[in-house]
Order: sequence, then C-alpha cells, then structure tokens
Amino acid sequence: MSPLKIKKGSSKHSAYDLRDPHAEALETHTLAVVVDNEAGVLARVIGLFSGRGYNIDSLTVAEVDHTGHTSRITIVTTGTPSVIEQIKAQLGGIVPVHEVHDLTVEGASVERELGLFKVAGKGDARVEALRIADIFRARAVDTSLDSFIFEITGTPEKLDAFADLMRPLGLEEVARTGVAALARSALS
Amino acid sequence: MATTGKAASQMKGQMTGAQMVVQALKDQGVEVVFGYPGGAVLPIYDEVFQQNAIRHVLVRHEQGAVHAAEGYARSTGKVGVALVTSGPGATNAVTGLTDALMDSIPIIVLSGQVPTFMIGNDAFQEADTVGITRPCTKHNWLVKETEVLSDVLHQAFHVAKSGRPGPVLVDIPKDVQFASAAYTPPSKASTGHYKPRVKGDPAQIERLVEAIETAKRPIFYTGGGVINSGPAASQLLRELVAGTGFPITSTLMGLGAYPASGDSWIGMLGMHGLYEANLAMHGCDLMINIGARFDDRITGRVADFSPKSRKAHIDIDPSSINKVIHADIPIIGDVGHVLEDVLALWKSRGRKTASEDVAKWWAQIEEWRAVDCLAFTQSPGAKSIKPQHALARLEALTKHRKDRYICTEVGQHQMWAAQYLGFEEPNLWMTSGGLGTMGYGFPASIGVQMAHSDALVINVAGEASWLMNMQEMGTAVQYRLPVKQFILNNERLGMVRQWQELLHGERYSHSWSEALPDFVKLAEAFGAKGILCSDPADLDDAIMEMLDHDGPVIFDCLVEKHENCFPMIPSGEPHNKMLLGENASTKDAIKGSGAVLV
Repeated sequence: MSPLKIKKGSSKHSAYDLRDPHAEALETHTLAVVVDNEAGVLARVIGLFSGRGYNIDSLTVAEVDHTGHTSRITIVTTGTPSVIEQIKAQLGGIVPVHEVHDLTVEGASVERELGLFKVAGKGDARVEALRIADIFRARAVDTSLDSFIFEITGTPEKLDAFADLMRPLGLEEVARTGVAALARSALS
Repeated sequence: MATTGKAASQMKGQMTGAQMVVQALKDQGVEVVFGYPGGAVLPIYDEVFQQNAIRHVLVRHEQGAVHAAEGYARSTGKVGVALVTSGPGATNAVTGLTDALMDSIPIIVLSGQVPTFMIGNDAFQEADTVGITRPCTKHNWLVKETEVLSDVLHQAFHVAKSGRPGPVLVDIPKDVQFASAAYTPPSKASTGHYKPRVKGDPAQIERLVEAIETAKRPIFYTGGGVINSGPAASQLLRELVAGTGFPITSTLMGLGAYPASGDSWIGMLGMHGLYEANLAMHGCDLMINIGARFDDRITGRVADFSPKSRKAHIDIDPSSINKVIHADIPIIGDVGHVLEDVLALWKSRGRKTASEDVAKWWAQIEEWRAVDCLAFTQSPGAKSIKPQHALARLEALTKHRKDRYICTEVGQHQMWAAQYLGFEEPNLWMTSGGLGTMGYGFPASIGVQMAHSDALVINVAGEASWLMNMQEMGTAVQYRLPVKQFILNNERLGMVRQWQELLHGERYSHSWSEALPDFVKLAEAFGAKGILCSDPADLDDAIMEMLDHDGPVIFDCLVEKHENCFPMIPSGEPHNKMLLGENASTKDAIKGSGAVLV
C-alpha cells in the first residue's frame, strides 16, 4: 500500500514540527509604530506579539499628537531576520496602525531610556555611589540619610552599566521606562 | 451626550442606535441577516420587526449564524451579516469568526452588549466581547456613543471587504441602541486610512513575465485569493493559463477559479492532493503562487518544499509574503489587478513561452497522471458503498447543474469531495480550510440557499461533523430551505481513525460513536425527509430521490467503515513522499521514470 515506511505508532510525524531547523541568527530591532489613540490599540499590538510567539524586550507608549489622536509605540524586539520582517508586516496589517518604522535599518536613530535607581548605603559606599552617579551624569532626585534615588537618561546599555556599578553599593530598586527612539535627520 | 427617549428620536435627522443599525445595513445593500435574539439586542430586533427590506433568519445556535453568514458571503462575494446577543451569544460566535479569519471571508457580526454603565460589573450576560474576539477578527469595535455608531458600521463594512477580506465585529451596548443621534450615510463615513494597495510593483511584474517566458517546468499554484478577488480575477487567470498553456493546480480554497474540466487542470494539491499535482509542485522550476499562502497542508516539510524552483508569490497581504516560503518574485497586490498587468505585459512582449520545454514537462505530468491516484474499486455485487463511489455517483448525477453549490464539513468526506467533485466556476464550493471547523457545512449550506433560493445546495458531510450543528435542521425546515445533507456515514471519526491507523499504532482512541441517531427518524422528527441508503445497487435511485424532493433532506449514506483517504502526504514529509491507495497503478510510484525530475 505505501511506498513510505512509516513505523507504526511513530509520533515523529507531528503536524506542527515544520519549522526550519536551521534557524538564522537573532537580531534586535527597534520598531516605532504610529497608531490611532483608541481603546484597545495597545492590546492589539501586544496580543499580536504574544499570539504569534514574538519577543518584546521593551515597550514604550504614549500619545504624541493630541489633536490627531495618535500614539507612538516603541518596541524593542529580538528575532531572526525573517521573524522581524513578519512582525513588521503583521503590525502593518492592524487596522489602527498608520506607520511602522524599523529604526534599526532605516538609518541612524537616537535611543533613550529613563531610569530611577534607589541606592541605600552608608559611609564609603554612599560616597562612592554619589561619585559614580556624577560620572554618569545621573541626578539625585530624592535623598534620605541612608539612601538616594538617582535619575539617569541614556541608552539602555548606559543604564545597564549604571545598574551593574550600583549593585554592590546597595542598589535596592529600579524603575525603567523602556526605550523611546527617533530617527536622526539627514545632515545636509 | 446623546439625548434619549422617543421624542428625541423624532427630531429631524435623528434616529436611535437600533434604527441606525437597520438603516446602515440597508444602505450597505444587506438583504439577509442570520441571528438569534437576546436581552442585549432587543432594541435592534424591535427595529428588525418593523421593516421588510432585510430578511432575518432565526438560526438555532449563534455558531450556525456565523457559518451561515460565511456561506452566504462565499457564494455571493458579498459581506455576510450575523446578529447575536451579549455574553453567550457573542462567545458562541467565536468559532465562526476564527473560521472566517483563517479563510479570509468578509462577514460582520453585530453583538449586543450590556449597557455602558454596567460594563465591567460582571452584569448578567456580560462578556468582554471585544477582548475575546480581538485575536479572531480582522478588527472590532466597542461603540460607546450613539453619535459614532453609524460611522463605525460603515467602517466595519469597508474593513471587512477591503484588502484581504475578513471578519469584523461591532459590539453595541443596549443604552447605545436606545439613545438617539444623527445618522451618517455611507458616503460621509470616515473609512479612514485603511486602504490596502491593490496594484502590484511594475518591476516585479516584469520579472514575473520574464520568468514565464523562459520557464521550462512552470506551474500555477492558485488559492482562495483568486476567488476573493472577484469573478474578473478568475477570468484573467483562465486567460493567462490558456495563453501560456502552463499546468495549474489549486489549494482546497481555490477550487473553481479554474474549471476542473479545463485543459491545463492537474487537480488539487496538498496533503490529500493529486499525485500529479504534488509531484509537479515538487519538480517545477517556476512556481507562480496566485492568492495562496503556503499553508502547512500544502508545503509539507518546508525544507524540502519544491527545492529547485523559483517562486513568484502574488498576495494582497504583505504578511503572507516570505512568512513560510521565501518568494523570489514577491508581488503585493490584488490578484485581479496584478493578473491584468501581467497579462498585458506578457502579450505586449509577444506572448512568449519556452513551449518545447513546457511540452516535455506536460509529458512528464501525463506520466504521473497515469498513476491514476484516485482509482478505487467499487466491486460489482459488493454489499457496501465506497465513499468515493458515493461521491462519484453524486458528481455524475449533478454535474450538469450550473447552479450546484457544494458545502462540506471537515474530515475524510471533505477531502474526497474535493477530489471527486469538479467545480467549473468560483463561489460554488464552501469548505472550512484554515480552521478545519467540524460543523461548518450545514449552517453554511443554509446561508448559501438563502442567497440562491432556486439553486441545488448540497452539504457533503460526515456523520460526526454533521451532528455538531444538527440543530440547524430547525432553521432549514422553518425557512423551507431545500438543502441536501449528503452524509457519508462510516460511524467513525474517519480522519482521526486514519491517522490513528497510520501513525498511532492502530490504537483507535475515541474515534467512533456507539450511539448514532437514526438519521431518517431524525429528519422526520424535524419535519424533513430522510433517506437511508446502504446498498450500492440503490445508490443512484436514492440520490435522485434526494434531488427530486423539494425540501430539506438528510441522506444517510452508509459507507465502508475503514476506507482511508489517499493520496496522503504525512505531515512533515515532502511532496515526493506520498502514500497512495492500493488501486493506484504503481506500487512504487516515487521511483518511477519521473524521479529524475523530483
């Protein structure tokens, strides 16, 4: 009956094991998505990522044009090049999405993140924390006798580095906004 | 704020939200609505009661309403409409919405919702309908002000039918239905920025024409996108196929875009597609995908999919391109528009093809065709009916009818119907392809018959699928819809049983029913006609009796219980590793002379 010798009872023929095993290398991209500021729009974007198994490394959203009712969602995501292309095409298919920009490939861009870091310590550690904060151009926005809250703005890497240095000095709590990004203008 | 009350509704140019719903449906050309009333849609039902322009079909379950709307949409090319209440009404619509999303069917579901001031309070029959249906609609809206309701309804029609069609849902709280506001006509509606591009990139179209001119082993691989694009697209496809003389295969969704009797037709492809179609896909050097999406039932193992071909892909949805298979020639646009441009350019450049090579390619395909992969033996004098034989007889006795519409449920019978029935025109074939929804076919046949009252509408079913929405017999009888339920009854979940036999060590876990109804008595209980046929000698007469009866019929065709559906590509295998039935004319087909090419 069959030219194909399938072992009876084998379960190796799963219908869903169809992904290419030679997966490409992962890339991290920053996407800027301009959307109508309407109820549920963020859920549509997030639902797309969770429903299709894409990654969200960071996500920032706020209204950017009150009269035009548009918001800007900045998403940092990681995937293979084909997955990144798929994410952009799927985002473009959401009805209230106006524009999708891949800032990682559309020329140079500026990326910034704001972080608040609470560092508790006494004596030398407290002084060292203040000194390092100064080097990072972080501002102390709150202080008590045994802790600071530093505000720092920069690239995610800069915030990571700051956190790494503060950890042995008594880093207690961190709040980060996620990345906001804009494409740079042409020089001419 | 919206003003309320009857006096306000009589203000000039004002109407209630419920009146807006009916007015918007009329303005959008809707003739039929499939629905089921409930507390949160009573104001709309009150308006439906007071008019005659729109017919309402009372289904027996909201899933039936949505599938009926799908059947209506697929057989007419228009938008299908369903009306359901809040809570369970809306949740029952979810399967139909998902089915329509997977198969790109334009439908609108209008759902009632608890009043705005009660949303979030766990009110009676409250569900987060837009939340639940967000991933299974193309778009959805919760309308909280009557002022925007008519505008949203027109947008909903625009989104459902534009670009890649799909289902949309508009959730309308009861207080919004009662309140009054000014009505926005369709001409003034803000259809917004949603305008998918329909024209293909001329540079890519030129590359496709160049590829057509030089291809030695070309194949057209067409899908539901051709049918969704409208009748003109099917005509253009036929012109292009006739002009080039290239072989054409189609997905389950695309059957009928090119006629089954056409010279270049090599049959359906895919997991249960024809041997010649799948081997031609595997061995081609140019694959022209028109409105299909490289579904896993089509590609089999992606890494081994058609390894030696350049692939052109025409699709209106940018996310379909490069999703599964890399496209060498990607063309984003509407099939009709793109084919028009391709044809014009190909003609203007002198209608060239590598015709000698294509003739050799056809000779190869004819060798594969000689395997006769759909062969089966209905032995004379046998006491049981082969399901393939039942469909072959149904085909022989009905194919002369140009108004024959076929729906199916999901399973073996669906694949056999696709293999043994021929479709000459688009929109004659309604089947759940992407989602594979058992219970789709019966309500879909009701939707088709509502749109085509004099047509012959047959639902080819398996008994297990059919039972999933059998309550719609009430609908068929109430509206005197002469839908023919052609049930291939093997008392098994045939496709599940087949996989268990081939892939799960013949352990038949829960794949049969020990308590099937007497379908003839069931039909009679609903006031319809039932026919039982178990003897091959009686089959033709029984089918004729079904066709001649002016009313709904349940045809209980007892067929062989353990027949398997072949050909079959086990999932995860490439196209050239097919299982063939025992009647195919070679037992070792893969190593035949065609192996050079595959």
